[in-house]
Amino acid sequence: MPRHDPTEPSGALEALTTMWTIRRFEEALEDLYSRGMLHGTNHLSIGQEAVAVGACGALEDGDFITSTHRGHGHSIAHGADPEPMFAELLGRETGYCGGRGGSMHIADVGSGNLGANGIVAGSMTLAVGAALSQRLLGSSAVVLCFFGDGAANEGSFHEALNLAAVWELPVVFLCENNQYGMSMASDLSTAGGSVAGRGAAYGLEGVRLDGNDVIAVAEGVATAAAAAREGRGPALLEAITYRYRGHSKSDRNLYRTQDEIEEWRTERDPIARFEARLLEEGRLDREAIDGARQTARERIRDAVKAAVQAPEPTVDVLEEAVYARR
Amino acid sequence: MAVTMAQAINQALADAMAKDERVLIFGEDVGKLGGVFRVTDGLQATYGEDRVFDTPLAESGIIGTAIGLAMYGYRPVPEMQFDGFTYPAFEQIVSHLAKMPNRSRGTVKLPVTIRIPFGGGIGAVEHHSESPEAYWAHTAGLKVMTPGTPEDGYSMMREAIEMDDPVVFLEPKRRYWMKTDAAMPVTTEPARDAVVRRAGTDVSVFCYGPMVRTALDAAEAAADEGWSIEVVDLRSLSPLDTDAIVASVERTGRAIVVHEAARNLGIGAEVAARIQERAFYHLEAPVLRATGFDTPYPPAKLEEFWLPDVDRILDLVERALAY
Ligand SMILES: Cc1ncc(C[n+]2csc(CCOP(=O)(O)OP(=O)(O)O)c2C)c(N)n1
Ligand SMILES: [Mg+2]
Repeated sequence: MPRHDPTEPSGALEALTTMWTIRRFEEALEDLYSRGMLHGTNHLSIGQEAVAVGACGALEDGDFITSTHRGHGHSIAHGADPEPMFAELLGRETGYCGGRGGSMHIADVGSGNLGANGIVAGSMTLAVGAALSQRLLGSSAVVLCFFGDGAANEGSFHEALNLAAVWELPVVFLCENNQYGMSMASDLSTAGGSVAGRGAAYGLEGVRLDGNDVIAVAEGVATAAAAAREGRGPALLEAITYRYRGHSKSDRNLYRTQDEIEEWRTERDPIARFEARLLEEGRLDREAIDGARQTARERIRDAVKAAVQAPEPTVDVLEEAVYARR
Repeated sequence: MAVTMAQAINQALADAMAKDERVLIFGEDVGKLGGVFRVTDGLQATYGEDRVFDTPLAESGIIGTAIGLAMYGYRPVPEMQFDGFTYPAFEQIVSHLAKMPNRSRGTVKLPVTIRIPFGGGIGAVEHHSESPEAYWAHTAGLKVMTPGTPEDGYSMMREAIEMDDPVVFLEPKRRYWMKTDAAMPVTTEPARDAVVRRAGTDVSVFCYGPMVRTALDAAEAAADEGWSIEVVDLRSLSPLDTDAIVASVERTGRAIVVHEAARNLGIGAEVAARIQERAFYHLEAPVLRATGFDTPYPPAKLEEFWLPDVDRILDLVERALAY
């Protein structure tokens, strides 16, 4: 059974709360950054919440994910606790990687999160190995592999799809097509016109989804994951979405218009759309929806409060894990 | 008007393009965006999309494309967006770019200049703060150079593009904002020559790229202690200017090598080996190294500790002088 079904009231509430949690998480990072508390850069997924939440909600407990440099939402949707995530971003001892990984390397291997990755497409072949490990171990777990439209042009993308397809492994490759890889529009960088279309080369159907519709994403991933779990091999999905913020902190948005951004924000926002639909179909009432927002806000506020008080790592830990200890 | 290292390199690229229409610039986000560090800012507007173009994410493809272009007369200047993103292209660089000229007995020339912002010091994490120079220097067939001043940023870039060999051009990213009042264009010493940035008599400090500024600061601080430091900027890491290294050690009798890169098999090891081969009887003390640690690059919070700094250099100066 999927973890939550956004077409049921309880699942819808869970999905909505998680989408808000992701958005508030990212906004809190912007705030920490502007207060000079965050170092380096980070990549926010505001506007893309439906992909992470729909997809991870469609997994079962015990399934795996691999993530990207824009991975905060993936981790939260897979069940990560915002507090050690903030701590990781702040470089604290209590972070998921003891402060060693930062924004682009949040991982929690124990809970089936193989990690975000600072190398574009760097996780895709790892998903293949994780899936093979599960098959060899006799488990029916599925690996959900997030990647961007830009990543689909790296050699690793093609190696990963071919390996998973020839070995019929349970990997759901999910392209989060937010239409740009940094300043490069995906139409200009993607031969053949779509990422999903590339599935044909590997004998996979290749399905495009509305990535700003959490229900469409959940259904698409649930179908693909069920097939993979039954031994019918990998799937390639492409969720069309949009990032509102710049690529990272220093982006001047020279490659797109303000009108384009505004149009997505006002007409196609995944959270607003989901809320409107829930109200319209009578699955949640206004009070429940406000409750979801409130829960998310409190969760994030408490998490930040705790994380900023966490201890900083000391230099003596630098060499502790470069090699395995006996 | 003051010019930054990034602007100096930008100017060098612009002037090279103006002079020779075979010069092409491409890579991820180098066109419209002008590069993450704005080093290619404005070049597409001036020279057009045929000569300055954005590529999809495909590092291996970028370098392979440069090789194919170079085989038929072009002088490509591809950019790798960050040091750590060069590794998907490792195979193309090491197996093809570095080896084809030799394999063709010199009939194939590959005048490719790979620009790579490298090194730490900007609060970024691993993959964004790496010092991979030893990988390239270890590969015969590649020239490896790195400027430590804006003037060298200009002049060495011009020279790299005009050279018929493949060049890995390492730009010290934390010095992109370093300024000079010198007017561009400027011609400095040939890139193959190490340069004495500050003359001294007690200890030679060999450095390059981002550590040149740090070594000069250390020399200044050492002067307060009454120690006279000679700062030698290596500039070319492959080939190394062994004669200049030896000459400096003959003057001072003591040597320290400084680099951000990890210690194990770093450039410092090679410099130390050459010194003991050629200047053994001039040495008053063992050759010492101030380097990064043999760990992956640390998170921002520990960066300051990890990177060699003035204090670490001064500690070594004191140790060398104690012999
Ligand atoms: C191998 C590699 N090349 C380049 C980069 C720099 N970079 C980071 S994200 C990015 C764009 C990625 O685009 P996409 O896969 O569409 O993901 P998005 O940022 O849109 O979420 C680039 C060029 C990198 N991290 N790794
Ligand atoms: Mg993208």
